[in-house]
Amino acid sequence: MNIRHHFDDATLMAYASGSLPKGMALLVACHLHWCPECRERVRQAEAVGGALLEQIEPQAMPDNALQQLMARLDDDMAAEVSSLVSPALLPEGVPAPLHHYIRGSLDDLPWKRLGYGVHHVDLNLGGKGTTRLLKIAPGVSVPHHTHTGNELTLILRGSYSDEIGRFSAGDVADLDGEVHHQPIVDTDQDCICLIATDSPLKFTGLMGRLVQPFIGM
Amino acid sequence: MQEDEPTGGDVNAVIQIAEEKKKQQRDSWSARLTSLAETRDKAEFAAIYGYFAPRVKSYIVRLGMPLATAEEVAQEAMLSVWRKAHLFNSTKASASTWIFTLARNLCIDRMRREKAVEYELPEEEPDPDQRDMAEHSVLEERMQVAIASLPESQAQVLHLSYYEGKSHSEIADQLGIPLGSVKSRLRLAFSKLKAHWGEEE
Ligand SMILES: [Zn+2]
Repeated sequence: MNIRHHFDDATLMAYASGSLPKGMALLVACHLHWCPECRERVRQAEAVGGALLEQIEPQAMPDNALQQLMARLDDDMAAEVSSLVSPALLPEGVPAPLHHYIRGSLDDLPWKRLGYGVHHVDLNLGGKGTTRLLKIAPGVSVPHHTHTGNELTLILRGSYSDEIGRFSAGDVADLDGEVHHQPIVDTDQDCICLIATDSPLKFTGLMGRLVQPFIGM
Repeated sequence: MQEDEPTGGDVNAVIQIAEEKKKQQRDSWSARLTSLAETRDKAEFAAIYGYFAPRVKSYIVRLGMPLATAEEVAQEAMLSVWRKAHLFNSTKASASTWIFTLARNLCIDRMRREKAVEYELPEEEPDPDQRDMAEHSVLEERMQVAIASLPESQAQVLHLSYYEGKSHSEIADQLGIPLGSVKSRLRLAFSKLKAHWGEEE
């Protein structure tokens, strides 16, 4: 996988500090599954957390806390089972953290039509913002939109181009409110991506006004 | 990746002193955690607990959890240290970084009422990352001093993010600054810390 677009440092710090909303954390974990470069940066951002733990003012535990824990050290630990799947068993374009949620091929999902050439599946993760899979047909462009909060996109299959550049499988677009863009699918293959936001998207222009109430993004 | 900034001589001097002072401690925690995996020595675990449990508790309290819950989660985190000691790899993280990530994940589990998203590769697949990270605890030591030398505005967003678990939007609201400023302060802080991280290469 030839990855050219990575996360902003600020996003990886939010991930490492545990402060990213769930859907965005899922999306980051998916890219990390594929990207050794960002894994290394996360390791550095986690070391910031380790250094802060060293610096923190300790707060004493209750007197009997250690004793109570010592009594539990020999407990059965059968519950510690990893939920990770062997990479060989993963469907094409599905990183392990996403597999945990969709349990199958991208082709077999219950895609719902959003508009001309656009289908989606909402992962219904709850919380603030939305997390969804989007499937866009060749030549179709997503309406012009801006972001009030943050939006992360991870390409799972196919590719698209916008004002920023070309994005293909494994690439991420890490955008915030200042960006105004209109992606268009630039090959003869569907583009499937995972999109996570921490607030609703805001579409601009006539097309946006027509589409927004319909898709409820 | 951003260009490393030149570092001041005074910062380097402080780093040297701090490294001398804490060398023994630093060597010990990662080494002791590594040996715990083999020896399963409960007295050794008690020593690790004595140092880290009050720090983990303090971290969780700062994240905004009630005291009783914080103590409960700190106990769970220390139990994970005991149970998962065999997964600790001192070439990938220092003891404090590893324990930080265990505590962080347990807090996420608590707050979202479900498991934090894992990104670790399954055991059978070797990590393609070939970087030699044998000196991880040394790098973290440098990072600690570097954090102390950050300008107030950058240290503030770092603390709000790591200690209080605030999202970028929440930090922007709290400080009354644009979201973009929160991110650029974090980016600046991280590039300074990374400069220290990379110093020995
Ligand atoms: Zn990356």
